[in-house]
Amino acid sequence: MKLLASPAVRVGISISIATGLYGVSFGALAVTSGLNFWQTMALSLLLFSGGSQFAFIGVVAGGGSGIAAMSAATLLGMRNGIYGMQLNALLRPTGWRKYVGAQLTIDESTATSTGQADPAEQRRGFWAAGVGVYVLWNLFTAVGALAGSGLGDPKQWGLDGAAVAAFLALLWPRLKGREPMAIAVACAVATVIAVPFVPPGVPILVAAVVAALVGWFSHGRRDEGLEPDVEPYGGHHAGRHQDTGSMPPCAERAEGADPGAGA
Amino acid sequence: MSLWIWLLTACVLAYAWKLVGYFVPARFLEEPRTSRVAGTMTIGLLASLAVVNAVVSGQALAADARLGALAAAAIALVVRAPFLVVVIAGAGTAALLRMMGWG
Repeated sequence: MKLLASPAVRVGISISIATGLYGVSFGALAVTSGLNFWQTMALSLLLFSGGSQFAFIGVVAGGGSGIAAMSAATLLGMRNGIYGMQLNALLRPTGWRKYVGAQLTIDESTATSTGQADPAEQRRGFWAAGVGVYVLWNLFTAVGALAGSGLGDPKQWGLDGAAVAAFLALLWPRLKGREPMAIAVACAVATVIAVPFVPPGVPILVAAVVAALVGWFSHGRRDEGLEPDVEPYGGHHAGRHQDTGSMPPCAERAEGADPGAGA
Repeated sequence: MSLWIWLLTACVLAYAWKLVGYFVPARFLEEPRTSRVAGTMTIGLLASLAVVNAVVSGQALAADARLGALAAAAIALVVRAPFLVVVIAGAGTAALLRMMGWG
């Protein structure tokens, strides 16, 4: 009961249901693209990253080689490393939590966690979404793999629309002020421009690089504006201090020299 | 059999990516610039994920029912609907538009 009162847990459960149900489509598509039941389950249980899994079966379905399927999936999984870095900074997991948490590090758990302001909520959000998606995604992968294409296209149930809505809902509370809005727009545009030129999944990495560059450089500018005594102005201050600092001794020496000169 | 090998390799590499992020040295993360980059990157990744899921199909752009889902979700967010309602609005709109024969 107490857990259900947490907003992060509620978001985590909602996103688990929306994403978990989508596992049906993965399971069904995987077996129709030529994987057997256990290969399909291995991807959901061990690889556990929706985008990479769809990329893997997409390549296999298109007649691509196993190594090509692996490469596409691995390229797409790169962003999970960035998520891991962020989550490590945010949640500071220790011991086994690091290793279990790593496996649960995906779009949904990261988004649910980083969308919270309070550290305790960030932690609850990560585990609720991570464990929730893991359990339901695997359950529904099995359902989809067993039912095969008999279920029809999961798109007819609008499940891909649910994913769109979920990501927008997670982004929304962060768009306070002009700068976050500008970053979101810039990254959306970068994604759209990159799509035709790079393999699927890579546009997200392009957007991540754009966002990182904005963060890196606007930090410098902000420091200059808000704290005049950091590096860029610090040099000037130090110079001036040295000048004024050396003045009085000079004057003293001059004064001291004067009487001497008078005597 | 060879598919199994590449499949399991993909699984190992996926876990390696995930884990490597957790072992970036702590002092690197304590820099204010790093935390700022983490913040802008979250916004960028979420914006990108929303766009990819809304208009990207393989390596091409597509305007289909998912665009309707994006619009419905935005409206739901403007009127401050709770998260689950936003998600249902997105799914319902996409399903409805497809039933009507679009996308």
